[in-house]
Amino acid sequence: MPDGALPVLDVRDLKTVFKTRAGEVHAVNDVSFALKPGELLGVVGESGSGKSVTMMSLLGLLPSPPADVRGGTVTFGGNDLLKVDAETLRAVRGGKIGFVFQDPMTSLNPVFNVGVQIMEPLRKHMGLNKRDAAKRAQELLELVGIPDAQRRLKDYPHQFSGGMRQRVMIAIALACDPQVLIADEPTTALDVTIQAQILELMKELRSKLGMAVIWITHDLGVIAGIADRVMVMYGGQVVEHAPVKELFRNPQHPYTRALLKTIPTIHGERDARLTIIEGQPPIMMDAPSACPFRDRCDVAFDRCERENPPRYDLGHGHDAACFFDARTGGPRNA
Amino acid sequence: MLDIGKDNQPLVSVRDLKMHFPIYAGLLRRRVGEVKAVDGVSFDVMEGETLGLVGESGCGKSTCGRAVLRLYDITAGSITIDDREIGDTPQGQLREMRPTMQMVFQDPQASLNPRMTVEAIIKEPLDEHTSLTDAEKREKVGELMDAVGLNRKFAKRYPHAFSGGQRQRIGIARALALNPKFIVCDEPIAALDVSIQAQVVNLLEDLQEQFGLTYLFISHDLSMVRHIATRVAVMYLGKIVELAPREALYAEPLHPYTQALLSAVPEPDPSLEDKVERIILQGDVPSPSNPPQGCNFCTRCPAVMDICKVEEPDYREVRPGRYTACHLYNDNNDTAG
Repeated sequence: MPDGALPVLDVRDLKTVFKTRAGEVHAVNDVSFALKPGELLGVVGESGSGKSVTMMSLLGLLPSPPADVRGGTVTFGGNDLLKVDAETLRAVRGGKIGFVFQDPMTSLNPVFNVGVQIMEPLRKHMGLNKRDAAKRAQELLELVGIPDAQRRLKDYPHQFSGGMRQRVMIAIALACDPQVLIADEPTTALDVTIQAQILELMKELRSKLGMAVIWITHDLGVIAGIADRVMVMYGGQVVEHAPVKELFRNPQHPYTRALLKTIPTIHGERDARLTIIEGQPPIMMDAPSACPFRDRCDVAFDRCERENPPRYDLGHGHDAACFFDARTGGPRNA
Repeated sequence: MLDIGKDNQPLVSVRDLKMHFPIYAGLLRRRVGEVKAVDGVSFDVMEGETLGLVGESGCGKSTCGRAVLRLYDITAGSITIDDREIGDTPQGQLREMRPTMQMVFQDPQASLNPRMTVEAIIKEPLDEHTSLTDAEKREKVGELMDAVGLNRKFAKRYPHAFSGGQRQRIGIARALALNPKFIVCDEPIAALDVSIQAQVVNLLEDLQEQFGLTYLFISHDLSMVRHIATRVAVMYLGKIVELAPREALYAEPLHPYTQALLSAVPEPDPSLEDKVERIILQGDVPSPSNPPQGCNFCTRCPAVMDICKVEEPDYREVRPGRYTACHLYNDNNDTAG
């Protein structure tokens, strides 16, 4: 899959299971992807598709029990993050890999001012003294476009608006010059005009700092505007993966195609009726032995009931996990 | 009023509606100010149409929807629903009006009582407002469940056994129980997954056709409103800044706020990304307890003029069927229809 540059983050066959009283939920099933330096990988999926759990698994952020990361490798900086000791992992988290969460209100600590919270990673990971850390914290706030940065360092999270809080979160994630930034639905809780501000900021920061970004969202519109490559997840699996223009122009998996049809747009033709995807997303109570999308799929046939399709390489960095070949309109031979 | 609604008859008329919430502070809990959540809005909802009400969080769209149904005692203004003035009707007398006007709430988890079965939830309005026998009520509940696409067999189950989309269907069935004419849908799809949203929107459209319903559809999702609404009203900081028929509004937004709002919507098409000129608004929405002087939007408006900071623009019809409150359109005064 990867061409040219070595990936900064290489995830192979990641598998995560949640143990519940009702049985095991297979939240992440053999997810593989490689993140190249400087690129933005979009991860799209509905709630429960496993997109957040994938990212949290690879950083060891899930409480165990109930979570159990069953297998796979996560190669970052020459190490397998699933095997390293807690100390090494802690140095990576918030250091070389930054994380921005969905809800800036619950992920900032309300009893400390934001200055303290931005300085924490600087002092822990980079060993800066208090004065240098304060100076760097101010630079970071300026970098993410918060006016009057020096004074705002002493403000508490509740004194910031939603969009400003998300900027603070981004500043914290960027504090130690991460190679990889993982942003989990960073604009979902924000209004559209504020979301537009954050997306603009993100583009600017990427061109300035050049880190690789994983951007998790359920909004295909956001992905279209910001991503280089897109990974579509469904039922804990990667069902399609392609460069962004290719994915939107030429979607190959029935789920991606249905999803693109079901969302109304503000430009172009307005459909008299919305196309719907019948049924509900699956709850993965069994180890996947069939295609997770088969019950809602309009091209499913008997093989989809018996086998879980692998990701077929379609060339040009495009792959789709489907036995049906949308190009020929019939089943795949392999 | 010019309109393209089916019968050209307003079912709901709202004039100069104000809903201010007092702020109490200090040791003596004295009244120190008020949050002007809705500050003088006027609009009509035509019989059989869907009026979309859009805006960002905190702009007062939900408060407006609730106030129209008199879920609050409003501060000022008049509301006429089905030829009856309810702006100052006491809550007790409003009860007999309730069957005409119903509401579908945003969060289907919070708006359904977890200790009541689906049947009991849908039956409750019938218990309150009709004198049907038990058997008749059960039959009616069954019909309603069919209408919203729920399996009758699940009538004895509790809300937790249903998915988000199904719960929203229960809420819709409850709203339909008394054959209302007018339903306020307050962000009915905001809590649902993308693939489920379309199911609920299609259901709402089917029911509108089947029962001749009139909707006030409150949402922050501009693309979904474009799909479902006949006309669209845009709110900003407690006021309607623009109201227009759907196609006209999306093709050529007049108010600078509407222009910025529409340009900020991310489109699922990477090739459009290079073409679309985005207007990035600076700053945040001011607090509704302390709105700016003059036009509410003057602090963020890219086309702000001197007059905007002094004088509040009138909300008026600048083109046939198109209303806006903006000083930019003052000159059109004479040419407007």
